[in-house]
Amino acid sequence: MHVKAAITVRRARGELYAFWRDFEGFPDFMAHLEEVRETAPGRSHWKATAPLGMSAEWDAQITEDVAGERISWHSVEGSKIENSGTVHFIPAPGDQGTEVHVELRYDVPGGAVGALAAKLFGEEPAIQIKDDLRRFKQIVETGEIARSEGTPTGQLGKRMLRQRPAQPLPADELRAVTSGGDA
Amino acid sequence: MRATVWSGRNKVQVENVPDPQILNGRDAIVKISSTAICGSDLHLYDGYIPSMRKGDILGHEFMGEVVETGRDVGNLEVGDRVVVPFPIACGACNACARGLFSLCENSNPNASMAEKMFGDATAGIFGYSHLTGGYAGGQAEYARVPFADVGPIKIESDLEDEQVLFLSDVFPTGWMAAEMCDIKPGDVVAVWGCGPVGQFAIASAYLLGAERVIAIDRFGYRLQMARDKAGAEIIDYEQAPVRATLREMTGGRGPDHCIDAVGMEAHHHNPGMYAYDRVKQATRLESERGYSLREAIFSCRNGGTLSIAGVYGGFMDKFPIGAVMNRGLTIKTGQCHVHRYLRPLLDRIEKGDIDPSFIVTHRMSLDDASDGYETFKHKQDECVKVVLKP
Repeated sequence: MHVKAAITVRRARGELYAFWRDFEGFPDFMAHLEEVRETAPGRSHWKATAPLGMSAEWDAQITEDVAGERISWHSVEGSKIENSGTVHFIPAPGDQGTEVHVELRYDVPGGAVGALAAKLFGEEPAIQIKDDLRRFKQIVETGEIARSEGTPTGQLGKRMLRQRPAQPLPADELRAVTSGGDA
Repeated sequence: MRATVWSGRNKVQVENVPDPQILNGRDAIVKISSTAICGSDLHLYDGYIPSMRKGDILGHEFMGEVVETGRDVGNLEVGDRVVVPFPIACGACNACARGLFSLCENSNPNASMAEKMFGDATAGIFGYSHLTGGYAGGQAEYARVPFADVGPIKIESDLEDEQVLFLSDVFPTGWMAAEMCDIKPGDVVAVWGCGPVGQFAIASAYLLGAERVIAIDRFGYRLQMARDKAGAEIIDYEQAPVRATLREMTGGRGPDHCIDAVGMEAHHHNPGMYAYDRVKQATRLESERGYSLREAIFSCRNGGTLSIAGVYGGFMDKFPIGAVMNRGLTIKTGQCHVHRYLRPLLDRIEKGDIDPSFIVTHRMSLDDASDGYETFKHKQDECVKVVLKP
């Protein structure tokens, strides 16, 4: 699987690069990551949720790091899910900030069946990565993730299929959302 | 709290729902003192805007008192009296930086849904379907206002609610419709639709220097308001052929600018024409009935402006692109970027240039909201604008 997405963020390249260089911050905007831990310089341990309640863990190594411009990483040999990613930062025209271009390649858990299941549950990778980028942009530009009563978790592809009614959350759902869970 | 809840086509009722809570640091909670039913709420009521859900709280025109602020709201204090703009905007993205607040890139948490429908997402809007974010609306006792440090304007003078409430939507929407015409001295402006947005488009066109404004509708009481309160010349389209009459009134030229303040549920006096679009819309083969827009295009002077303030939701049949292209018409449109008009229009109200309360015909308790929707929808009792008091 190979997915690409891009978003323009009204911030300088250096600031966005610094934000991405800290892999441990990824779960703040990447909805499917539970935890990323730096285990050694350039090396990190990733833990993600997968469709159908499964989870996955792997180790990754930074393979390219050009300050302010580009970061690439690759899962280390022997990982259950082989994957790699690159993020480029390109100045946007005029005073519009920076274009953030992301490319991910990975083997889908469960192969073709897993890919189909993911699609059925609204977790199509191309939408997922675009949603992650939207959340990233929201955090950087506004300091928070936009939440509505219909989508209290914020932008999340799978939420599109099961919206709450647009009315305030009852106390139990509110607790689940404010504690970071997926209500 | 009590809130106006949508539960299906032609069904709204006031129900008890949980009180809103702060979800983000830039949120505020507003205790609503006045809220209005908008013509565009009727598109939701009539079931023509997709992505509504049973239980959605309606309402995007509201004002009231700040009763709680999130930790990052530095400009508002508990007790402040505010009017809240209907689009939700972050103030920090490239769209907001260009003043395009209704196209805020960050405020719609259902952006991927909107992208599928429209090609790209628009801003979040209070109480206006899940395509615009799934935000609870303001026809209620309280509302949560996201990005409260950017949107709400404080009212520090002793103006009545009804004089400032319409800053939330219909006054700036009518104003922007006129502003998009780029009116020059001597220009004649025609306005289709004499609902609240049409009334404000007429008044705004004069404030922006129009020589003459001609209003088109079929309801005598609305035409009378347009003539007596907003100062327009009037055409009743059931009594006179619009295009020919406009030509006659403008020395054969046609109006320099045509404003569509009608939108997707236009009416046509020719039963055959009306039936064509009515059936296609009812069977969801098209989502718009486009008579006003088509007529505005055919009526407009060569090289003129077509300014669309009426709401459209999807796809229209028989759009006369040939007339637009060959006669060099300019189309301008958009949901109103309310934030950029709040201060200048409040100044005009305070100076006495305009008193927006002239459109109010009905004052009701929030508890009677469902009667308000019926009265407004069927234009009973000479209804132009319903204000609800929680």
